[in-house]
Amino acid sequence: MAENNVILSVKDLEVKFKVRDRVLTAIRNISLDFIEHQVVAIVGESGSGKSVFTKTFTGMLDMNGEVTHGEIWFEGRNLMDIKTDKGWEEIRGRKIATVFQDPMTSLNPVRTIGYQISEVIMKHQKKSSEEAKKEAIELMGRVGIQNPEQRYDEYPFMFSGGMRQRIVIAIALACHPKILICDEPTTALDVTIQAQIIRLIKDLAKEYDFTTIYITHDLGVVANVADAVAVMYAGQIIEYGSVEDVFYDSRHPYTWGLLSSLPQLGMKGEKLFAIRGTPPSLFEEIKGDAFAPRSEYSMKIDFEKEPPIFRISDTHWAKTWLLDPRAPKVEPPEAIRSLHQRMIGLTSKGGVYGE
Amino acid sequence: MANNDREVLVKVKNVDITFFNGKRPFKAVKNANFEIYKGETFGLVGESGSGKTTIGRAIIRLNQISGGEIWYKDLRIDGKLSKKDRQYVVRNIQMIFQDPAASLNERATIDYCISEGLYNFHLYKDEEERVRKVDEALNSVGLLPEHKSRYPHEFSGGQRQRVGIARAMIMEPELIIADEPISALDVSIRAQVLNLMNKFKEERGLSYMFIAHDLSVVRYFADRIAVIHNGNIVEIAPSVELFRNPLHPYTHSLLQAVPIPDPQIEKNKTIQQYVETEAEQNYDKAELVEILPEHFVLMTENEREGYERKAAALK
Repeated sequence: MAENNVILSVKDLEVKFKVRDRVLTAIRNISLDFIEHQVVAIVGESGSGKSVFTKTFTGMLDMNGEVTHGEIWFEGRNLMDIKTDKGWEEIRGRKIATVFQDPMTSLNPVRTIGYQISEVIMKHQKKSSEEAKKEAIELMGRVGIQNPEQRYDEYPFMFSGGMRQRIVIAIALACHPKILICDEPTTALDVTIQAQIIRLIKDLAKEYDFTTIYITHDLGVVANVADAVAVMYAGQIIEYGSVEDVFYDSRHPYTWGLLSSLPQLGMKGEKLFAIRGTPPSLFEEIKGDAFAPRSEYSMKIDFEKEPPIFRISDTHWAKTWLLDPRAPKVEPPEAIRSLHQRMIGLTSKGGVYGE
Repeated sequence: MANNDREVLVKVKNVDITFFNGKRPFKAVKNANFEIYKGETFGLVGESGSGKTTIGRAIIRLNQISGGEIWYKDLRIDGKLSKKDRQYVVRNIQMIFQDPAASLNERATIDYCISEGLYNFHLYKDEEERVRKVDEALNSVGLLPEHKSRYPHEFSGGQRQRVGIARAMIMEPELIIADEPISALDVSIRAQVLNLMNKFKEERGLSYMFIAHDLSVVRYFADRIAVIHNGNIVEIAPSVELFRNPLHPYTHSLLQAVPIPDPQIEKNKTIQQYVETEAEQNYDKAELVEILPEHFVLMTENEREGYERKAAALK
């Protein structure tokens, strides 16, 4: 990573949904630059808006959703100027592809695997069906499916979950996208399969030269894949930094809460740390810091005024008033200050659990 | 922990469970043997399709077994039971399901969801007592009595799982089978639910069978852990011991596959693929052998020496 080329730039994005006669603000003014070839992990609870955020890059918001404000710059154009589905087709799949959580629902159950892969190649690369078949078989082999020639004519149900996810990845890669969005790609899979898929996406990113955006709530996966981490809460990115910044030197109380509630940090016979309460409703206007009512560190201003972005270093920023010079000095919880030591203690045998 | 003086709550003895796919039999659980002691949390860990849920369901009599015996205290509970015995088992063994949205009747109020067991078994003298019991159950899981008139969809996932726990707890069971109770919940809510389950264990001496695929959760929660793969229980050990000295190669690869939330460790680890051991391929010739105190590994006679050497090296 010699140069830090910005591949996708989001500026002041706001997304609203109409639910019956009420309006829900799912994304509240996010600005973020994605750097070429970097793996960015977006972490957050369900409902924090992480999927909605990335869906705006490919114009895939549900019918009742709308980008009400902001710009998304990609290859010299503002994607928000695209108004038609036809216009989106140049981007979606071709330039920015997505791998979804559940491989069974993203594949067509009544079409063969081979058809579904070569369909994409024919459509986007304008190739003949023979050429497409050849390329599809090559891709299947590349994502780790054995005997691709024979399996070309099989249906999705004849594949296991992990194999199906490999096929979805093959389809996503069929047009050589610049950006691959992985929306919880391994949540529905077993741990041993998960490890293989993560490995595969990593290898392919090098080979096919794409930038990866990972959406996940599993901090273990984040630690494995990410170069940079964006932590989302209630429709905003509240902390952003390199993976080391976020794991070893986090600044936002919500990030502290997420890390402290890791079951790996639990001690037998002690209570696990739990963030109290539940996330705020996005139907109502949020005043101040959205996390303030659940935070142990909230100050008066947290309930009144939204915190700005405070920069900690070139790569690291957080939205919390605790970083204001006038704020009292607060130490993060003991458990996460010693996170690395604790994890080393847990994994004394080269990445394997052990005590 | 001298197991001999501990009361055995559930004994699973040589249990086979077979499903029929048309005429083709499929053995989902092969010769399972374990005991759950009173007051402990017994973790059963495996990947999807390993048969972990099938065993759990067999204990609450939702799946029939095709061989072996299941005992609850001194009552054999597999097969046909008299109505009285059946009710006794249902009252004392309760289940918490994975997906709280799917396991609650969406057309029933929370009040009904929680009291359903009381209604079925007439466990209350009068309406007043029923209301009191429901309120107590709600309070104990951190919900409020005014939530009673609401419907399941009006709650968040974490709250719904609390309702699921409340409806199990109101029966005052001795054993709760928790089938992946937190995998459908958000990270920040998981800890709340786990703490709640631990609270009941301490206060009421409840025992749990905790079925999970996530070893990191089980490590914190369980006293003893059984690892199951392809229907074979391959290793049983106290949880500290299992994490310290995993002997079976599958346990080892499972432990390794779980991502660790620490970038430096996680980025530098290599993963080995598991190859089925001889014992798993010839499960009829294999048995669980106590290779270290309270530490059982599934092995054949041929493999025994290898494991013994491994165990001796640990000492």
